[in-house]
Amino acid sequence: MCLAIPAIIVERRAGDAAVIEMDGVRKEISVALVPEVQPGDYVIVHVGYALTRLDPDEAQRTLALFAELSDGRSR
Amino acid sequence: MKFVDEFRDGQLARIIAGKIEAAAQPDRNYNLMEFCGGHTHAISRYGIADLLPPGVHMIHGPGCPVCVLPIGRIDSAIELADRPGMILCTYADTMRVPASKGASLLKAKARGLDIRMVYSAADALRIAVANPSREVVFFAIGFETTTPPTALVIRDASRLGLANFSVFCNHVVTPAAIASILESPQVRELGAVPIDGFIGPAHVSCVIGSQPYEYFAEKYRKPVVIAGFEPLDVMQAILMLMRQLNEGRAEVENEFSRAVTREGNPTAKQLVAEIFELRRTFEWRGLGEVPYSALSIKAQYARFDAEQRYGVAYHPVPDNKACECGAILRGVKQPRDCKLFATVCTPENPMGSCMVSSEGACAAHYSYGRFRDADYTQRKGAKDAKVAKEPR
Repeated sequence: MCLAIPAIIVERRAGDAAVIEMDGVRKEISVALVPEVQPGDYVIVHVGYALTRLDPDEAQRTLALFAELSDGRSR
Repeated sequence: MKFVDEFRDGQLARIIAGKIEAAAQPDRNYNLMEFCGGHTHAISRYGIADLLPPGVHMIHGPGCPVCVLPIGRIDSAIELADRPGMILCTYADTMRVPASKGASLLKAKARGLDIRMVYSAADALRIAVANPSREVVFFAIGFETTTPPTALVIRDASRLGLANFSVFCNHVVTPAAIASILESPQVRELGAVPIDGFIGPAHVSCVIGSQPYEYFAEKYRKPVVIAGFEPLDVMQAILMLMRQLNEGRAEVENEFSRAVTREGNPTAKQLVAEIFELRRTFEWRGLGEVPYSALSIKAQYARFDAEQRYGVAYHPVPDNKACECGAILRGVKQPRDCKLFATVCTPENPMGSCMVSSEGACAAHYSYGRFRDADYTQRKGAKDAKVAKEPR
């Protein structure tokens, strides 16, 4: 039920509307909960609403943490 | 897809599995509850349980809103749909949840009631705008992830001055449910399992932030690691919890830092606070009455509250006696412990709520794990037989 999917904002429209794209599929959603997002930003989409912006730098850091062979906290 | 594929990488999974193996102290059990149905689903779907050492046990929590919705609430939704001229809009998830006397919203729709599945709360609002001569109720369920969209449509309905739209609100809150598992005397009576740490919700935490869990970590000395719903996220969270337990720490850590901050989403939180207030108590399937665990619509927006508008009276209904959903939701039993599992109760014909949502513990185990049980029993049987045959 709390399923939500990462998608890229490709267009801002009037009011709180925006067009997102995921895997080639485009859909209009509401960005009323994250009014600051711009085209190019990734958001998490749930029941037609963007819930939050995804931070690509944090994502990279998390992926790097996965790949560390030793204890990550020694850095 | 970006932000998805890289978090499902098999090679990285093996690296994390190796670290989990190394972190597991041989004489120690790690009982970890994944609160969310989304995590339960990921653990089953990606076979994460197979990558864990024997001492690490995943306990499925009650974080599936479909699963914890009591029968009486579905009964009320069907009663609402039965009113003359009514259109009841609902997320697809609730359609097959068994109600009293073998009923369900799907069966009610089949006998002619106007029940419509919607993708978004906004669709329900659009249906109300398009049908001014009809009454439209949105049957709202869900945790903090799903609450802000409902708040938005109530605000928008108020701004539009819509007279034919209201919401049957069944939104529940996560922290109260975790507290109830940890301390409710009723849950203690019903039986609970010892839990050493929690995997915290992914998308709920996008909204409420990591801050609300700090209380649990501190008061109950239980570590919490907030994790995304992809398999590598779940594995990393298990590793982080094990390390905390090994080191005697009980902190809130955030594995899902690409989407969750300590504060969460302030716009969403403010909106929810404007529209909703806490109910004094709410019944959860499996947990019973849980104080301050659900939301109702504030008096200021009472005309959009279907419960007040139509005088909905709540009648609690006990679960099917043979159904183990309650114990499964508290983590006391596993799906395979239920006599109905995969016999009478299947995703096509669910008896209990845990078989309805794909995130329910039973549905997830049915889809991805039930042959593992059989395989395990068979292998064990063959091994026992072999041992018996071998000359002494």
